[in-house]
Amino acid sequence: MFIPLTSLDLSLAAVLVVLLAVLSWRMQLNVTQQLIIAAIRTTVQLLLIGLVLKTVFANVNFFWVSLICLLMLSVAGWEILSRQRRKLKGWWGFGVSTASLFVSSFFISILALVTIIQSDPWYHPQYSIPLLGMLLGNTMTGIALGMDRLVQTAWQQRGIIEQRLMLGQTGIQAIMDIRKESMRAGMIPIINSMAAAGIVSLPGMMTGQILAGAPPVEAVKYQILIMFLITAGTGFGVIAVLGFLSHRLFDDRHRLRFDQLLKTTGD
Amino acid sequence: MTKLAVKDLTYHHCGPVNFEVDSGECISVSGASGSGKSLLLRSLADLDDHGGDVMLDKINMKDVPANEWRLKVALLPAESQWWFDTVGEHFSVVDHALLELFGFPDNVMSWSISRMSSGEKQRLALLRLLINQPDVLLLDEPTANLDKNNTLMFEQIIKQYLQQHKACVIWVSHDAKQLERMCQQHFEIKNGQLSRC
Repeated sequence: MFIPLTSLDLSLAAVLVVLLAVLSWRMQLNVTQQLIIAAIRTTVQLLLIGLVLKTVFANVNFFWVSLICLLMLSVAGWEILSRQRRKLKGWWGFGVSTASLFVSSFFISILALVTIIQSDPWYHPQYSIPLLGMLLGNTMTGIALGMDRLVQTAWQQRGIIEQRLMLGQTGIQAIMDIRKESMRAGMIPIINSMAAAGIVSLPGMMTGQILAGAPPVEAVKYQILIMFLITAGTGFGVIAVLGFLSHRLFDDRHRLRFDQLLKTTGD
Repeated sequence: MTKLAVKDLTYHHCGPVNFEVDSGECISVSGASGSGKSLLLRSLADLDDHGGDVMLDKINMKDVPANEWRLKVALLPAESQWWFDTVGEHFSVVDHALLELFGFPDNVMSWSISRMSSGEKQRLALLRLLINQPDVLLLDEPTANLDKNNTLMFEQIIKQYLQQHKACVIWVSHDAKQLERMCQQHFEIKNGQLSRC
């Protein structure tokens, strides 16, 4: 059974947000403006993507699907970059984050579409776009956290890294402990959500399928599939980005090259 | 016998710098703050970009991987860095004879880093460096944070190591008396140029 929502239903929910905005304005909580802008953004953006998806679903076309996927990929790459306190100079930052997203999300999505889901054709937008979206959204967080931790810690501990170089370690050996720590930081969110799934939280995708009338056990199977894909994607993506960054921080004479890093806002 | 030969070394805004150090010899480098003494040592350890040639036993720095070069040409900064919780985790091998020479009991490896004095830290930093058996020691104000007793002990260890391993030392310090005690040749950096004094 699937119950479609009417405009009136959505307006009722919107009234709650408006009430919250009024209350926070009266209490001078300084979130009113952000709250209203975000609510308008979510409405407009989601309605637009709804229309886009409707069009793409109506004419299944490889070119259009690829274009949307590439757009999603580059926006996610920018998003990672904007969460870094210290960025690589020039196009490196965008290149590194987008390349690792490509490994973690694109590659895994295609693999899952072709070998596991086997939709027809394999790039069918009803499967490919939501799948890529979920993978991007989740691996993005892991990659951003791992990258930020590595660069930030290396910056704070540059004295220690140089001391280890002075003792004859290679660049990779000198940054090994920071790399382990960053790997952990990148993986913790997905490990937590796997551990909490079903007990503390009902994952959004599964909930959505159940609301749409799918049998719970089928929804659960899809959710498990997605969780595994996200975990693998995050893991591979974080490993790729940390490996690349660790090499990039040193030159061929094993010297720390912080001139590569652009200092931005924060501490 | 020439151990370390520096030819037309240029770094930062300094140089060209030329000098040679023999086995078992200790040379001093002095100069005002910011004259480029520390940068000279960093360049010799290949930690900073530089021009010219540095040769150890006639082998050019450029022909050796940087990490192996630093095992042979070892830099000791004024303040050492420690990244694990205990002393032992920073050592891959333990040399009991060296421990005794440095005046440490055998259980020093289980000591916690946070409870060590600056004197102990600096002696252990030297020990950590000497375990690699370097041929050249680059000492950057190594006793700046040490008291009289620790300083003399430090000097004694260096002397002994020089004799035993036919190594050489480049010693940067503001303490003229110490340099007089330890070094045979004396150099000064002024306006980016190294000259004998």
